Amino acid sequence: MTDLSLLQQITDYSNRHDPYPLYARLREKPVHHDATGPYAVGGYHLVRALLHDPRISSERRYRTVPDTAVSGEQGDDTGGVLPPNFLRLDPPEHDRLRAITNRPFGPPHSPHRVDGMRGELKTIVTDLVDALDGDEIDLVERFSYPFPVTVICRLLGIPREDESRFHGWADTLVATLDPLPGQDATERDRSAQQARIELGLYLNGLIEERRKTPGDDMLSQLAVGDGPEGRMSSMEVLSTAALLLIAGHETTVNLITNGMLTLLRHPEVLERLRADERLAVPLVEELLRYEPPVQMIPSRTPITDIEVAGTTIPKGAPLWLVVAAGNRDPKRFADPDRFDPDRVDIQHLGLGSGIHSCFGAPLARLEAQLALAELARRLERPRLVEDPPPYRTNAVLRGPRQLRLAIDGVRR
Amino acid sequence: MNGDGWLEQLRREGRIVIVGASLAGLRAAETLRDEGFTGSLTLIGDEPCGPYDRPPLSKQVLLGMASAEHTALPRRRELDAHWRLGSAATGLDMAARRVKLADGDEVEYDRLLITTGVRARPWPHPAEAALDGVFVLRGRDDSAALERRLAAGPRRVLVIGAGFTGSEIASACRERGLAVTVAERGSAPLVGALGGVIGEVATQMHLDAGVDLRCSVTVTALQGDAAGRVRSVALSDGSTVDADVVVVSLGAIRNTDWLAGSGLGAGPRGIACDAGCRAFDVRGIVTDDVFVAGDVARAPHPLFGYQFLSLEHWGNAVEQAQIAAHNMISAAHDRRPHLWVPAFWSSQFGVNIKSVGVPSMGEEIMVTQGSLTGRRFTAVYGHQGRVIGAVTFDHGRWLPFYEDLIQRTAPFPPPFPTMDPPKEGAGPRPAGFPDPSVPTHGPTVTVSGYSPADRTVAFTPGRA
Ligand SMILES: Cc1cc2nc3c(=O)[nH]c(=O)nc-3n(C[C@H](O)[C@H](O)[C@H](O)COP(=O)(O)OP(=O)(O)OC[C@H]3O[C@@H](n4cnc5c(N)ncnc54)[C@H](O)[C@@H]3O)c2cc1C
Repeated sequence: MTDLSLLQQITDYSNRHDPYPLYARLREKPVHHDATGPYAVGGYHLVRALLHDPRISSERRYRTVPDTAVSGEQGDDTGGVLPPNFLRLDPPEHDRLRAITNRPFGPPHSPHRVDGMRGELKTIVTDLVDALDGDEIDLVERFSYPFPVTVICRLLGIPREDESRFHGWADTLVATLDPLPGQDATERDRSAQQARIELGLYLNGLIEERRKTPGDDMLSQLAVGDGPEGRMSSMEVLSTAALLLIAGHETTVNLITNGMLTLLRHPEVLERLRADERLAVPLVEELLRYEPPVQMIPSRTPITDIEVAGTTIPKGAPLWLVVAAGNRDPKRFADPDRFDPDRVDIQHLGLGSGIHSCFGAPLARLEAQLALAELARRLERPRLVEDPPPYRTNAVLRGPRQLRLAIDGVRR
Repeated sequence: MNGDGWLEQLRREGRIVIVGASLAGLRAAETLRDEGFTGSLTLIGDEPCGPYDRPPLSKQVLLGMASAEHTALPRRRELDAHWRLGSAATGLDMAARRVKLADGDEVEYDRLLITTGVRARPWPHPAEAALDGVFVLRGRDDSAALERRLAAGPRRVLVIGAGFTGSEIASACRERGLAVTVAERGSAPLVGALGGVIGEVATQMHLDAGVDLRCSVTVTALQGDAAGRVRSVALSDGSTVDADVVVVSLGAIRNTDWLAGSGLGAGPRGIACDAGCRAFDVRGIVTDDVFVAGDVARAPHPLFGYQFLSLEHWGNAVEQAQIAAHNMISAAHDRRPHLWVPAFWSSQFGVNIKSVGVPSMGEEIMVTQGSLTGRRFTAVYGHQGRVIGAVTFDHGRWLPFYEDLIQRTAPFPPPFPTMDPPKEGAGPRPAGFPDPSVPTHGPTVTVSGYSPADRTVAFTPGRA
């Protein structure tokens, strides 16, 4: 096991709990390349520049060299049955689908959508915390996970009575992103395929219904799509809904869980947040820098040879942009390994940058702010039962599989 | 003599005066405090209110989406400053280091920062300009008054000048469902800033939105009725347009009149300064204690042949103010150059327009991504074989890449393919600026460094 290349060590599960020393090594060279295939970049300024480089594609078809450095590609799979979602498309298709999706979601057409959900999000958070009992809880199972799925349901306009079915499908699909070591792969794939089909049929039915009688939920508006960008095909609505479902909550789960873990490791910050919930805003920004839920973007490919700081990255080669390494680059952030919610100049890469920058960013931020503030306020004397906690297998969407907390109770 | 001791004293108990209490003035003041200046700080502004933001005045405010009173600039920190609002500076005595105010008062300084910006160029005939219904748009009151008039439902609005502000006004009128005529001397809207190729796209945007666009004409007279209200507008092609609101959008005049006779190098083109924001006197000698920033400043930029650029750009005002503030209280070796790459945005007819560099220096233009007819594209401007500027329509997220090309003086036309290659009109073609007064070409200079502290320029051999 000593012969692992740096990139293999980064994806190796045994380093999942703390990849940051490896990222520091990655930053030693502007472009890292070894026999494993991918070219990896970890310096803040280069990562940022490459995220804006129009010679770099997000589509699979430009890859001519396979990515042999383990499972970097996982994380955005909708199973090959649906057309690629806009995360895996270049302009102009990307722009068209993202614009139609954005119309009911954000400014300029829907400036109040996210903020308008604040009350509802608060209620969901309160209900979930109310339901916490016992003196030891797994925060992931009881809180971080159910919260964003419920939010996606409300956003898409899934009828309340169907929410639990929806949660079931989501569980199954998400589990495929995160295979347990030693789990039976064929069985897992089979049930994921089954869930995909059932979810697809369910959403299809709902889309048909909403085409006839649209509401003001996102699914209706994606289905009807009456902007200048035109309308999505049914398959496109499905793949977009699947993207919102997967990307819109895998990341939030990890953001909240990483957040609570970080707070418990910095009790003075937890104490400040308990006393003043306004700290949640800068705190979540610093979290996105310090422990970003998406650690790297492994799916980029140059469409032509490009020269980056003296290295030529050949056309068709896998390119990894390691945003979590950029976020800790001492050339950009003073004392980068320190968690400091009072940091002023914080333009992190935790939500990406450029045209693929996180679509759900405003929602993810609000979810994490509300969740962490409420947890800080209401959990009595929370302690980590296990540090580090067990992590998920996924190196791209990195976060604890479980976060066991001992608590003295829940404040009412 | 101990220079450092003097600087220490300046930082501790010196007197800094800022004339012009708007965007650049506020950001400079905040930077001074951030960097540890504890002396006395005075901000002099002729407007009665505190600093507010101008870009929304021709956009959200005219649409009735935000009120002009609610455009106050966010404060980044406590200032502990003397605010002398509603009092214009009327003179400067450089030898005695004193600013004279309209109310007769005088304020002494150890360091002075001038950020008096520009004002709207008024309609040249005072009697016509005074007609009821004739507007300019620069300040908060202008915008509030114009918005009230638009809300009252005029039968037709006529906008004179189709630059960025004029186009934004026309766009807001159409969005409100008002009939609007735009009269432009050039061959197309935005042609002065972005050239004829982009001007054609802008023309189409006006027409599609239902603007009555008249190009290559000038307005010869504004005609009023007996009650002194504007009624119609005469054009140089002999036609007349009935309009009950006229917005004069003919660019800006620098607010330097108050400096007449002061000996400072100030005139109609602004106040010339060096890259460190220190003002020149009329003899071309740099001053040590007078600094300038924002719309009123005119500074040499090494990337653009050391041309003195005056930029009416929000981002420039902020950045230059911060550099000026830093330099005012720093020793010579610690001063920073203002090497900002010009950047500008506008939003009109539902399209977000952004530019970097100096497009107007470009002889040629080339679309690199997207589609002109789809109004989602990026185009770069070439000047003597290098990339000098770029513009995006609804494609702004790509701009940092092009800014980098400009800083590195990358070759034009760019020799690489991009994904989303242009649908139509690929390849370079004349940019179509009305008057190609191409400045002489200096040595090739590149800008590097990410933070203001490590930004530098380097001369590089010309490309073969
Ligand atoms: C309607 C409008 C829309 C705009 N939209 C955009 C946009 O979309 N994008 C963009 O990049 N830029 C835009 N701008 C430009 C941007 O607002 C300016 O670049 C910016 O305001 C410049 O700041 P400044 O502080 O240098 O000057 P100003 O904001 O002009 O401030 C100068 C201040 O000094 C005061 N003053 C003048 N003379 C005196 C005196 N003798 N004594 C005391 N005070 C004095 C003035 O009254 C004023 O308050 C827009 C401007 C306007 C007017």
